[in-house]
Amino acid sequence: MNRLGAGIFLAVLGLVGCASTSNNARQDYGLGRVIDAAEIAQWDIDIKPSGEGLPDGEGTAAAGAILYQQYCTACHGDQGQGGTNDRLVAAFDREVNYSTGSPTRTIGNYWPYATTLFDYIRRAMPHNAPGSLTNQQVYDLSAWLLFQNGVIAENDVINRSTLPQLQMPASGLFYWSDEVVDLATD
Amino acid sequence: MKDFPLLDRREVLKAGLRFSTATLGMGAAGAFGQSVPFAPPDSTKVLGPPPSALGQRSPFETPQKFLRPGTAAAGASFTPLEILHGIITPADLHFERHHAGIPVIDPGSFELMIHGLVDRPMKFTLNDLKRFPATSKICFIECSGNGRQAASLPDGLPEDITPGQLDGLFSVSEWTGVKLSTLLDEVGASRRATWMLAEGQDAAVMGRSIPMRKVLDDAMVVYAQNGEAIRPEQGYPLRLLLPGWEGNANVKWLRRLEISDAPFMMRDETSKYTDAMADGRMRMFTFEMAPKSLITNLSYPYVMQRKGFHEIRGIAWSGGGKIARVDISLDGGRNWARAALQEPVLDKCATCFRYGFDWQGEERIIMSRATDEQCNTQLGYVDNEANRGPGTSYHNSAIRPWKIHADGHITFAMKEVAA
Repeated sequence: MNRLGAGIFLAVLGLVGCASTSNNARQDYGLGRVIDAAEIAQWDIDIKPSGEGLPDGEGTAAAGAILYQQYCTACHGDQGQGGTNDRLVAAFDREVNYSTGSPTRTIGNYWPYATTLFDYIRRAMPHNAPGSLTNQQVYDLSAWLLFQNGVIAENDVINRSTLPQLQMPASGLFYWSDEVVDLATD
Repeated sequence: MKDFPLLDRREVLKAGLRFSTATLGMGAAGAFGQSVPFAPPDSTKVLGPPPSALGQRSPFETPQKFLRPGTAAAGASFTPLEILHGIITPADLHFERHHAGIPVIDPGSFELMIHGLVDRPMKFTLNDLKRFPATSKICFIECSGNGRQAASLPDGLPEDITPGQLDGLFSVSEWTGVKLSTLLDEVGASRRATWMLAEGQDAAVMGRSIPMRKVLDDAMVVYAQNGEAIRPEQGYPLRLLLPGWEGNANVKWLRRLEISDAPFMMRDETSKYTDAMADGRMRMFTFEMAPKSLITNLSYPYVMQRKGFHEIRGIAWSGGGKIARVDISLDGGRNWARAALQEPVLDKCATCFRYGFDWQGEERIIMSRATDEQCNTQLGYVDNEANRGPGTSYHNSAIRPWKIHADGHITFAMKEVAA
């Protein structure tokens, strides 16, 4: 290759280099649209363990008992003992959690966060009419289930400040897998 | 009857043929319902049908997914692994596992929302997503609960179970979509972010928390499966793809991604997809699917028809990367020999293996054992249970043994190996 040829060759290399560099730079694709808080709120339904996302209102076991009979017994049994679907009520039993074979995972012996209960009932229950319960009804049902599982007393009231503070019986037994300890802490 | 000069019309009708365009599209011997498919005695003497607008399987081939009796909206159907060849699962045979049925979503009004710890909360239409730089990945999705009937269940270990009934919550597709890292650049995700909530728009509004490291590594939102739009039962029009991670976290009918600095502790990642360990504690967030392999042809309900050469065939996979080797034992795990691997050997994908041997009517327990490129090897029954905990049947990847009986019939032999 003569000197001119080499020069052209290097110039081409340089151009390619520039092109690939610019292609890797932060590209503004101009796709999608920015949304405001009101639009986010329509879909942002999750309840965090801190209680963030919990609505106003409060619930009691007495009111929840009536709702439970109305909406839940067909699948979960009239006392939460389970039926065509999960058992919901069983007091924490260390022997159950130590035993071999799948332990029956109930709210009382397994669920680590009370906030998850409100979140899940509101988003997915009842199975044949998901998302149909009011916040009031979800608070009441949560209260009844927590009372049945021995987490709260019969006359305790749950609301956005008390629910996240409840200590679930099994919460201290949960730990993160090594793969996630590595992945989540960078 | 010009196209079928050799056939009597009544015979044709008896054979179940209907001369609609659609039928012709299925081939000259198209058949419907329960009737036996019909083929002319000599296909070289019969003009075949013209090209079709939509292809159909041969009427002689009627594959079905396995549905347990009483399967409801929160149920599953299993890929018939024993009838497949190669690594790709036909889209209509891809396993299904839904928590509240299959939603119907209009792609014209569909939007994906990304918010939380971002500079610009945004929504993207399906057309927006298709205009981003596209990428494809051929990989498996395996349900977290796949193979649970190989665990010690109260009702014991079955012997009359097919590979598909046992491990058919496993399928492979070519998935096409957008790298999630591209979308997170677009919304300006915070460097403080460590977790992301992925939430679907099914009737359970199913959601899972995903570590941000995985999100930025190889996670995608995908709109295509094996070259066409994703099937409704696979998440149409958009699903999350986390190559190598448990199926439940690959959220279907994806609607919302919330960027955060902590996990959301959803119902499925607390009360369901966690490992109850022998020490009474519960391990959360075991996402990666372990190395696993499965003999798919010399297994229940196959019956050895004759003595002589037989080829063991199966698939191996690992959420940890490529399959490095598969070993075969013909004597219940005492001796092992290396199986041949079929190209392509892809990352976090099924790899086909084969091993030929001579059978002379003796009773044998045959098994396969996968090792991935991270040098992780598929565990036996006892080690798998110790690793996963006695109180969980999730992520059951224990070595699968099959017993060839002297009369040639084959049964699932986990009961004998576990004893």
